[in-house]
Amino acid sequence: MSLRRFIIRRVLVSIPILLGVSMITFFLVNLAPIDVVDVIIGINPDATQADYARLRNELGIDRPIYIRYWDWLTSALQGDFGPVYSRGLDAGELIAARWKETVLLGLYGWVIALLIAIPIGIYSALKKGQLGDDVGRFAALTGISIPNFWLGLILLGFFSSQLGIFSASTPQTPLLHTKTLAWLLLPGITIGSAAAANLMRIMRTSMIEEMNKEYVTAARAKGLPERTVMLKHVLRNSLISVVTVAAFLTSGIVAGSVVVEQVFGWPGLGRAFVTAATRQEINLILAITLFTGTAIVLMNLVADILYAVLDPRIRDEY
Amino acid sequence: MSTKRGRITIDGFDADVVEQREELSDWSEDKDTNLESRWRRVAREIRRDRLALIGGTVVFVMLLLAIFSQPIKAFGVTIQPISITPYDPGQQFVAGTTENYADPSFLPWSEGSLLDYPFGTDTLGRDVFSRVMAGTRYSVTIGLIVTAISGTFGVIYGGISGYFGGKVDGVLMRFVDMIFAFPGLVLAIVILALLGKGYWPLVLAFTATGWAGYARLIRGEILKVKQNEYVLAAKALGARDRRVLFRHVVPNSIAPVIVQATLSIGTVVIGVAALGFLGLGFPPGTPEWGTMINAEQGTVLSARGWVRWWVTVFPGLMLFLFVMAMNMIGDAINDALDAQGGEGIDAAGGGG
Repeated sequence: MSLRRFIIRRVLVSIPILLGVSMITFFLVNLAPIDVVDVIIGINPDATQADYARLRNELGIDRPIYIRYWDWLTSALQGDFGPVYSRGLDAGELIAARWKETVLLGLYGWVIALLIAIPIGIYSALKKGQLGDDVGRFAALTGISIPNFWLGLILLGFFSSQLGIFSASTPQTPLLHTKTLAWLLLPGITIGSAAAANLMRIMRTSMIEEMNKEYVTAARAKGLPERTVMLKHVLRNSLISVVTVAAFLTSGIVAGSVVVEQVFGWPGLGRAFVTAATRQEINLILAITLFTGTAIVLMNLVADILYAVLDPRIRDEY
Repeated sequence: MSTKRGRITIDGFDADVVEQREELSDWSEDKDTNLESRWRRVAREIRRDRLALIGGTVVFVMLLLAIFSQPIKAFGVTIQPISITPYDPGQQFVAGTTENYADPSFLPWSEGSLLDYPFGTDTLGRDVFSRVMAGTRYSVTIGLIVTAISGTFGVIYGGISGYFGGKVDGVLMRFVDMIFAFPGLVLAIVILALLGKGYWPLVLAFTATGWAGYARLIRGEILKVKQNEYVLAAKALGARDRRVLFRHVVPNSIAPVIVQATLSIGTVVIGVAALGFLGLGFPPGTPEWGTMINAEQGTVLSARGWVRWWVTVFPGLMLFLFVMAMNMIGDAINDALDAQGGEGIDAAGGGG
């Protein structure tokens, strides 16, 4: 199958998934025992039954759910996700204002994960069964097992309160300013730890697997120096799976950002999402869930295409 | 002359004659060696793994703690009367006067009471040790229940999808793809925001997000296993689909699912604690590890240094220990299965 046909097919498969994601979220939220009217009116004692009925009619809640879904979807596609009642602005505006923070933090975590995972993974694979490998694997096990919110709090307590070298308040400088980027190091490590541990294991396994293949024996038999065999042949081939798996880790990084933004007070989408969940702001919950869902579907799409570009054998599986 | 084999009647075959005839060759069934079952070999392999032994011990102790930390009552009758926590997890000011707790530098340990309060006391003067012990019950049981339910459902769902294939598979797996488009924690937060806090909402939230992983995993395995000849043989002998699937195909594809289940207990436990930390899991004051850390997160930032570190460190340490122990066991099972011929999974996901 040609690469172009593969990409077209893969994109077409993503569309119903995205529709399904929007449907699941919408029906979940709207069938739940929450009354939006209650959220808006709050504990206003003056509200009468007539007020409730009027609001219901204005918001269109009294119409059948599939019509409401259609309305919501068509306006959401135009960027209108409805108001956030406790803030007096639109959910779409809030996302537009906050997404950059989350993407920056996520990228930061991603880069840190790759920077930690690849060298240690290679080292572990080359020293398989030796002390260095054991240490590396134990570090990976620790990284996978450590709860990121706890790690964040401990880093915060140690570097901010105890040593005083980390400011607990978020920097007021623009996003790509060096000060902001330096500050993001701790949140980045926190968010990247689990991903780093996972990637390290994958790097190690895939490198060991490649080293056992016949082309490696052939290259050695040819008299190539060990360095060339490892760098030019083994490493290249084992990086394929690492790069694609790294894209799949987006889901974990998005989930991590929800927690880590809360720990460090970083004003991104994750924090807005937790606030929305606490206050039962349905429009915002819907908007952010759809936003992250779309991001993940797109990243998986990119991962698959990347994989198909790097390893042509995979194209025939679709 | 006819013999019955299940629902099939075979003519012209007499089992007795076959058994009593002369030996055709000097081959005889070797009854002494190599009869150890696959699972027994795996179990022996795991017992040799030192990390698995450590992990197993930790998990065993935590299970004991979950049972004996507090008395268990059901319908007003005390089933389990032992309580190894020195104080009630909700009891305030166990160390004495109220004033001490208003002072952030108050150190219960510095008064020579290390044995009385091994993990110190929290901002409301409750014994952290008692609370951490009591917290075992929440995390451990939710982890086990969620994994059991989502694993069972995922195996049935993925089993049907993989075994029948074709259109059924297409539709069922598209739904799994959709669940995968949500980050686990985000969907769990949505469900909890809608249902409210509590033990069973948490179980539901993590089951709803967790089953899809098992479904996808066993489906892939079944696609391979169902091409084996014994499956064809079972079908040829007239076995029904349900029997072929659950007696022959699933048991032979279950190995990676067991690894995944062991590893994901830790993931679920971290997820539950993360929701507790976000204030969405349990009502404030519940002695659950994440909720405890949530209540005390203000103590981390202080102009006088990180003086009250124990209120956040100990609950998190217990959480970390349990998850690490669970992952050690999972890794050992995976390695043991790998040694049996690559039945494990390459690299398991995890972390929250």
